[in-house]
Amino acid sequence: MKNDNIKLFRDGKRVDGRATDDLRPIKIEAGVLHRADGSCYLEWGGNKIMVAVYGPREAIPRHTQNHLRAIVNARYNMAAFSVEDRKRPGPDRRSREISKVISEALEKILLLEKFPRASIDVNIEVLNAEAGTRCAGLTAAGVALADAGIPMKDIPVACAAGKIEGQLVLDLGKEEDNYGDADLPVAISPRTGEILLLQMDGHLTFDEFEKALDMAIKGCNKVSELQKAAIIQKYKVELEVE
Amino acid sequence: MTITPSIKREYLSKLASQGKRADNRKFGDYRPIKIEIGYIPKAEGSARVKIGNTQVVAGVKMDLGDPYPDTPDSGVMTTAAEMIPMASPDFESGPPREDAIELARVVDRGIRESEIIEVEKLCIVPGEKIWMIFIDIHIIDYDGNLFDAASLASLAALMTANVPIQRIKPMLEKLQERYPEIGNYLKEHPDNYTLPLREPPISCTSAKFGNVIVMDPSLDEEEIAEARLTVATDEKGDIRAMQKGLNGSFTVDEIKKVIKASIDNGKKIREELYKIVGK
Amino acid sequence: MTQEKREIVIPSQFLGDTQQSKAGRGTFVEQGKIYSEILGILNKKSDFINVVPIKGRYDPIEGDFVIGVVEEAMASSWLVDINAPYPALLHVSEVPWDVEFGETDRYLNHGDSVMAKVATVDIERKVNITLKDRNLYKINGGLIITVEPSKVPRIIGKKGSMITLLKKYTRCRIFVGQNGRIWIDGDDDNVAKVLHTIKKIESESLSFGLTNRIENLLKNETQDVQ
Repeated sequence: MKNDNIKLFRDGKRVDGRATDDLRPIKIEAGVLHRADGSCYLEWGGNKIMVAVYGPREAIPRHTQNHLRAIVNARYNMAAFSVEDRKRPGPDRRSREISKVISEALEKILLLEKFPRASIDVNIEVLNAEAGTRCAGLTAAGVALADAGIPMKDIPVACAAGKIEGQLVLDLGKEEDNYGDADLPVAISPRTGEILLLQMDGHLTFDEFEKALDMAIKGCNKVSELQKAAIIQKYKVELEVE
Repeated sequence: MTITPSIKREYLSKLASQGKRADNRKFGDYRPIKIEIGYIPKAEGSARVKIGNTQVVAGVKMDLGDPYPDTPDSGVMTTAAEMIPMASPDFESGPPREDAIELARVVDRGIRESEIIEVEKLCIVPGEKIWMIFIDIHIIDYDGNLFDAASLASLAALMTANVPIQRIKPMLEKLQERYPEIGNYLKEHPDNYTLPLREPPISCTSAKFGNVIVMDPSLDEEEIAEARLTVATDEKGDIRAMQKGLNGSFTVDEIKKVIKASIDNGKKIREELYKIVGK
Repeated sequence: MTQEKREIVIPSQFLGDTQQSKAGRGTFVEQGKIYSEILGILNKKSDFINVVPIKGRYDPIEGDFVIGVVEEAMASSWLVDINAPYPALLHVSEVPWDVEFGETDRYLNHGDSVMAKVATVDIERKVNITLKDRNLYKINGGLIITVEPSKVPRIIGKKGSMITLLKKYTRCRIFVGQNGRIWIDGDDDNVAKVLHTIKKIESESLSFGLTNRIENLLKNETQDVQ
């Protein structure tokens, strides 16, 4: 959606005052829910995301079971009040697709063969949405999975890059998402640099793509540090009881 | 640390016969209540409420709509509750089940029948255009007593809600060609304004097991409860809505006692709510 | 008392080289490097690098004593929840009673609890449990609580030191299942004391010198009672 009346840069800064490679403010908290096996609360710009992990537990219904490994059910859901115009409760095509690509991204890094016939359920609730909810949701899921004590080869992390008014920028905000030229959400395994999720819409040259991907990966690595700090923060407290 | 269900009934009943509860509360006591307002910036009004470990988020959204034929000059309100799988290992995804529907309807009744929302002030063009109010309740963490948490969160969300004139203005101005009355409405309401409300009733829930009745049942207590009673009372101490649940029964004396206790607790919770929403 | 600091590690954290150390429990190896696969506490024993989990479900091991809750009585067996990813199977041939076909529910029914032993765990992680060992039976009375399975070793203590203390000062009967379920029976004040103490151990299970502190706590409380 292009709109020539909207200016996404003012005096070389983005509408919210960020430089091209700045992230929005991020706050991560691990282990916030009582019932779930693992959980995470994450604020990323205006996004507010809660994730609860249950499992590994026996997959139900039984025909969904895989006899060699656990299945991953990520369920991305937007609260009715999370967007400008009220959203009808329940899954729609968009949330089903996001659930699928997030499930697939998580499958790659979880040690699923340790739990044949089981399911690992990852409930991602978007309470307040403001651009980049899938990246925020996947990032929170990574923390909640570690918090649940689930064996994994890495803590996955996601971040988007994009293009606005011809310039490449990190982590699109709301207007930038609405009126920008391209959006490139990326999730990686930060230990190996492997790419777990990649989508793009808009228009990028190959050269721009290379640069945008590099930018997104750098963003992922920054967010990864915040994830790790949040997990350690939660359990450091127990150590200090002494 | 949680108590395993199998012999829970025996244990909790034994404790109760000595006047005790597993979390050291008195029978009439609530767990700590925490109310946070303005939690969801995207909503017209919102709140997060914690009662002990139970956690609920409620959001109010408003939109233009058409009135019902029998109430052409009144706004319309709907309440929906989602018991999402996040909140408990026993909640499944999919369309709301009986429990979620009962919860939404009890909260809805508490708000609708007590006429908190001044729906007659939510008319834009009589017989044509009115405000629709959606109250959506999201259960985040389930440790018992969803009724009180959900209704308190809904009240706090309503009491902090603003009618979104700014957001809807472009649409209203477009409609003005067909309905010139909108010009007057916009003159009277040039900007967002507080949702017109009357005094809210407060819901208090009790559960009965063995020979005792406890207020604000925890999940452990709910799981062994034979009967449940939710009573919404207003500032004057009048009763504004009730719901008895589960297949056990109460004596008339017990009901009276529960209502009295609900009035007392309702008073305390109302004070807390007013303090937070700044009333 | 000098003890090295307990270090929290998180999944993907680099822990050492396979040339210097051996990869133990809770770790994985990639290209000669050892990484943690779980959130846990680093534990180096001789050459081995292990990570002891802080959270997570019970991982059944043959020979473990556990407390199970019956989910379903079937024709010739029971399905029992043992706090693991999967329910365990208890076959009629593994109980001390002569059960006629189809009459399983006369002996154990939905919601009943048993002390049991993990008999077998197969490659698909199907678990069989048995009641055929000494001191295994259906539980009547008392109270069962559930804690993180990873905290069980602390609650038992070194060579059972913690649990011995608890029993000594409270005169309760206590059975700690490896699966994080604990059965407690005794008079109410003492059960309350056990619960209080377990909560304390749970919250401090990552710190040192706990046994001594818990003993002092129990001693003081006992004096208060007297």
